[in-house]
Amino acid sequence: MKKGYFGSYGGAFIPEILHETFQQLTAHYETARNDPSFWAEYLALMENYSGRPTPLTFAANLSKKLNKKIYIKREDLNQTGAHKANNVMGQGLLVKRMGKTRVIAETGAGQHGVATATMAARMGFECTIYMGAVDVERQRPNVFWMQQLGATVVPVTSGSQTLKDAVNEALRDWVGSMDNTHYVLGTACGAHPFPEMVSWFQSVIGQEARKQILKLEGRLPDRVYACVGGGSNAMGVFQGFLDNKEVELIGVEAGGKGVESSQHAARIASTDATVGIAQGYKTFFLQDQDGQMLDTHSVAAGLDYVGISPILADLHVQGRVRFIAANDDDVVSALKYLMKNEGLIAALESSHAVAGALGEMADIADGAVVIINLSGRGDKDIFTVADALDDPGWKQFIAQKAKQYAGESS
Amino acid sequence: MEKMIRNTDKKILLMSHLVLGYPSMQANQEVIDEMVASGVDLMELQIPFSEPIADGPMIALANQNALDNGFKVKDGLEFIAQTIKKHKIPFLIMTYYNILMAYGVEEFIKEAASIGVKGLIIPDLPPQEATQAISWCKEHGEGSLDWIQLMTPTSSDVRLQEIGNNASGFVYCVARKGVTGNDTDFGNELAQFIKRCRVATSLPLAVGFGVKSPQDVAQLSNLAEIAVVGTAAIKIHEEHGVKAVGDFFAGLR
Repeated sequence: MKKGYFGSYGGAFIPEILHETFQQLTAHYETARNDPSFWAEYLALMENYSGRPTPLTFAANLSKKLNKKIYIKREDLNQTGAHKANNVMGQGLLVKRMGKTRVIAETGAGQHGVATATMAARMGFECTIYMGAVDVERQRPNVFWMQQLGATVVPVTSGSQTLKDAVNEALRDWVGSMDNTHYVLGTACGAHPFPEMVSWFQSVIGQEARKQILKLEGRLPDRVYACVGGGSNAMGVFQGFLDNKEVELIGVEAGGKGVESSQHAARIASTDATVGIAQGYKTFFLQDQDGQMLDTHSVAAGLDYVGISPILADLHVQGRVRFIAANDDDVVSALKYLMKNEGLIAALESSHAVAGALGEMADIADGAVVIINLSGRGDKDIFTVADALDDPGWKQFIAQKAKQYAGESS
Repeated sequence: MEKMIRNTDKKILLMSHLVLGYPSMQANQEVIDEMVASGVDLMELQIPFSEPIADGPMIALANQNALDNGFKVKDGLEFIAQTIKKHKIPFLIMTYYNILMAYGVEEFIKEAASIGVKGLIIPDLPPQEATQAISWCKEHGEGSLDWIQLMTPTSSDVRLQEIGNNASGFVYCVARKGVTGNDTDFGNELAQFIKRCRVATSLPLAVGFGVKSPQDVAQLSNLAEIAVVGTAAIKIHEEHGVKAVGDFFAGLR
């Protein structure tokens, strides 16, 4: 197989000006990957800075109600509250090895942006984050934190003003700034080596989960659920079980307002996506007949994306990973259900995995062992969730705050 | 195209660029007529794509605008066919690879060849991925459809040689890092880069990215066979209208 390809997906479709930059990055990545001391340094950093290993929490109440053994992998307990930390800290160590001084990143929900900004603050890099203007609007708290951490946040007003447009803008920065700048791509997409490299850093999730479930249950799980935007948290947890065919792996995509509507971001779980090449790689994209990318929709900004990791595309074609979609409404219900029953506040993105799993629990035998990857915590979604729940107390609070700020500025 | 480019007594040729459907194909028509009348020698027609990663903000916005106005690839190709019938200068298509994929890569190349397109510029398809497309260009174009390769200042000498080995027609030299539309210093560094390109290919060289004044063109005429003018012309069209575009090109050389 050609380097950087997974089946017929992947590759590196980049402007020639970036060719040498990718060569350099690939060389550093490969050297690090073959150097056990790099991984040891990475694990030590993640243990000390991000609280790894994250627990595999037994969801006692859910398990009892549903007659299953349900475990939740707690990526929400990472530094900055999501699995994104795994990737950015790993890339940060590589940036040091490459001797670069500035990092840029795209962000959807803002989680990757915040994670990158913390990494930059800790490692002493300059930092610019590109974020779709629509996402800036719906994820304001994360914008606040990025700025406080010292990053420059650039709202992207081109295209659909979401994640894919932030990627384009970051690439535009990079083609001019590559001498001192590394682009910290946030997910297992993009041109080689990003899908493979990001998946490698995220594989820490699966390695831990495998060890933990073997210790707790003495056997491998029957099923593993993860939400899939670009696909990095899913790749992370799935890698712990890929070689064990008896473990069913399920990716949950954003069903938005339903896969029959045009307002979703389900690349595999709908029949709407076709194979194309954009943003540096070949995969299934939600695109029209001319090859123009379509507008996607999800209540979760982090899943609101046209493409999917080429590695997951291949695992889908191989039949190793099954894909389903969870609709916005079911996701919000799942979020509430997990809060009320387990006291866990999941991100809207991660709540897709919860919704997907809950929707299928009736289909499997009692006592089955299930792992749900909780990729991030939901505090950041307070505005969106409060809207979805139509919470009167919250509305009143915001109205009061608005009044107070209006008074200050007049 | 090599013969046509060599066969001139002009000091340097001018290649202009425009985004189809921006602001409209009607407007494109007028601008093309004006450009040809003002002495433009070759023209790149860009088929809009929703993810134009190699383009700067101005051209990216033009892409978006054209798509928002309902641009369709089929209509664009029909427009190009009509344009080629009307004007004698060589026309090239610039676009991103996904447009070809969605159309069918071989079908697209066949269609381009049959309507008389002289070259294809696809900035996101690197040479190592373009082997099949290049051979289709040769097969269906019968020597008159060139796959235009790009050389950049960041490319190593070895890489430039690889690119040069697979080039035909002319080579598009990207004058600097960054996206289209920013300022370029056409000084010593550029001369050094062009020198490296000359070693890698014996084909004519086109230099683009940031060419916007008679001074830029004068300086380039000592270095290259073709000066590419893109963003500057779009800006002038936007600010001062069609006639000003003609004056601008007439005054460049």
